[in-house]
Amino acid sequence: MHYESNSSAIAIFAFFVAFVLGLSFWLGRKAKSAKGYYAAHGQIGWFVNGVAFAGDYLSAASFLGICGMIAFYGYDGFLYSIGYLAGWIVALFVIAEPIKRLGKFTFADALDSKFNSPGIKLAVAISTLVVSTFYLIPQMVGAGSLIQPLLGLEYKWGVLLVGITVTIIVVTAGMVSTTWVQFIKGSLLVFFCFILVIMILQRGFTTTTPMPRRNIPISSLVGAKIEHVEGKPFFRITETDGKTRYWHVEDSGRTVLPLAPIDATPHVSEAQSLTTGKDGKKLVNGVPQSMANDLHPVGSIATLPGGQTSTGPLGPASFLSTLQNSEVVTWSKETIAEKDGSTTDIYYPKVRKGAELLTPGGSPTFSGVRSNILSKKLDFISLMLALFCGTASLPHILIRYYTVKDQSAARKSTVVGIGAIGLFYVLTLYLGLGAMTSGALDPTNNNLAAPLLAKSFNGTLFAIISAIAFTTVLGTVSGLIMAGSGAVAHDLLEKYFKVPMDDHKKVLYGKCAAAVIGVIAMILGILFEKLNPTFLVGWAFNIAASANLPSLVMLLFWKRTTRQGIIAAVTVGMITSLGWILLSAQCFKDVYKIDPTRSPVPFSQPGLVTIPLGFIVLIVVSLMTAANREERQRGFAVVDE
Amino acid sequence: MDDPQSLEHPDNHPETVSRNARNGLILFVVYVVLYAGFMFMNAFAPDRMKQPILAGVNLAIIYGMGLIVAALVLALVYMQLCKPRP
Repeated sequence: MHYESNSSAIAIFAFFVAFVLGLSFWLGRKAKSAKGYYAAHGQIGWFVNGVAFAGDYLSAASFLGICGMIAFYGYDGFLYSIGYLAGWIVALFVIAEPIKRLGKFTFADALDSKFNSPGIKLAVAISTLVVSTFYLIPQMVGAGSLIQPLLGLEYKWGVLLVGITVTIIVVTAGMVSTTWVQFIKGSLLVFFCFILVIMILQRGFTTTTPMPRRNIPISSLVGAKIEHVEGKPFFRITETDGKTRYWHVEDSGRTVLPLAPIDATPHVSEAQSLTTGKDGKKLVNGVPQSMANDLHPVGSIATLPGGQTSTGPLGPASFLSTLQNSEVVTWSKETIAEKDGSTTDIYYPKVRKGAELLTPGGSPTFSGVRSNILSKKLDFISLMLALFCGTASLPHILIRYYTVKDQSAARKSTVVGIGAIGLFYVLTLYLGLGAMTSGALDPTNNNLAAPLLAKSFNGTLFAIISAIAFTTVLGTVSGLIMAGSGAVAHDLLEKYFKVPMDDHKKVLYGKCAAAVIGVIAMILGILFEKLNPTFLVGWAFNIAASANLPSLVMLLFWKRTTRQGIIAAVTVGMITSLGWILLSAQCFKDVYKIDPTRSPVPFSQPGLVTIPLGFIVLIVVSLMTAANREERQRGFAVVDE
Repeated sequence: MDDPQSLEHPDNHPETVSRNARNGLILFVVYVVLYAGFMFMNAFAPDRMKQPILAGVNLAIIYGMGLIVAALVLALVYMQLCKPRP
């Protein structure tokens, strides 16, 4: 859909960027030491750090991706919320205090605290960079694809704007400014989502939004030419006004309202179409796309319980129970290839029962749970396991533990983080369902559900939510670049390559690394424009959990863990999970565009196999190399690498 | 006393460290059981998740929200347990 340039959103965002940059320069005057750059002097208060956790963690994928998924498919988006939040339990109960106790600047410090081995530094630094890159690309892609509809600028400007702003933030004051950007972003995000949810509950549901024409016998349609689209449940009708409309054939087995007798004549519903020609020209319903001729916004309530037309204000529970007993018009997409080489995306309405939308399995990602195929169920369990184990293995989250004073502050800030993030995820359920029924969704872009929901209230709120969506990217990207900068300068250059560094040089190298990573992030963001952000984030969680979690946990709880065991577990976990992903059906389908059934792996999410594999490798290698360790304990000098 | 790495720091007292770690593990296991129950119910008994159980809201949502609330409750319990004893 076309969007007008939104000057108030640009103004709010420009104000925010200016404020954040000013703050960075101001803080940068003080953050001259390595401890200042990498760990904000270890002096951030626990409350601020806790909210900064939320700002660090709640990426564009959380905010826009989950809202969009709920708005289009119902409950399934909420499964991500639950998994993302549950991961914090691992962080709090298992990881937080030891990581604070054992480490200094990076998470490699903690893993290596017992052994002081360059091999561990190298393996962990590489896994940090791989995980952070996988996480970084979707953030940059998100920034680019948001800027067009939200601020009215081109894709590449979104990527460059975020890349440059974040690089400046990190280079001026490192972790100090990163923390404050994340704190501000976290507070704004939770606060405005809260406001939005109150407005949704106040508005309640109404059925008055204009309805698509549904369930009409095909014989009653008139047009210059009616033809059936071969092999697809669509009719193409060329109308007298020159428009081409597609009509979707209703499945006679499905309940359609109002209930019509199913007879020999197929019943059809009006769809919308977007045709992209070989030259890139776009046609909406067969006529060139313009402000006047564009796709209609979608998403509405078909029927409310008891035949009401409007519910008035609802409470948090009655909102859900009302929706459960209502019927909702949702929109699906089907792509067909035209004879002249262009492709047409057809968006067609489907009436679904609320009860079905509020249970798992409605989306393509999780449809496996409703099937009887075991591998599909395992795919679901594997993803839920990766989300659970991944959070506490994400390098950009772990480095936040070095910005607080001591273990008790680490603990308290995690509790604050859980509170803020948990509240946010409860709110996203309402935001998503509110968007689903707002009549404002863009059928072509799931990621815009939350901002468009705000637009259905008023323009100012749209501007604010758009600006916040964009700043969401800033907070997470700065955390990722910080994690990468620490891995390169502190782990690789200083500890592995033994580049001599004084305190001043440590900061200098860190800043240079941050600038280089910033540039790489911008290039990757522009290269991977077409990639789906949500998958990449899921993959980052899988790799993080497989590569990092086994070593972290075993180091803390198994005394016989050896240096070689850790190196092997990190390397094997990283390579197998990455390899599995590259061979998965999902990757075949979405990245290489080849037949997904040719994928050699049984399900797409590796976690269920590769996380236990990491543990096994660590245990086996540790037992095999245990002799070395005993020698060392007896006082023999063991040459390290 | 202020250096968090130092053994003098009250947090680093071996008894405190092992007490916190033990409490953490117990609460962790409690949550894992809740989370695993959710995961397996969704995968193997999706029909059960459809039934309304509280204020007309179905089990899928109540259980999901419950997991979010349980995380916060367990976190607060843990914080209480970790307080230095007099």
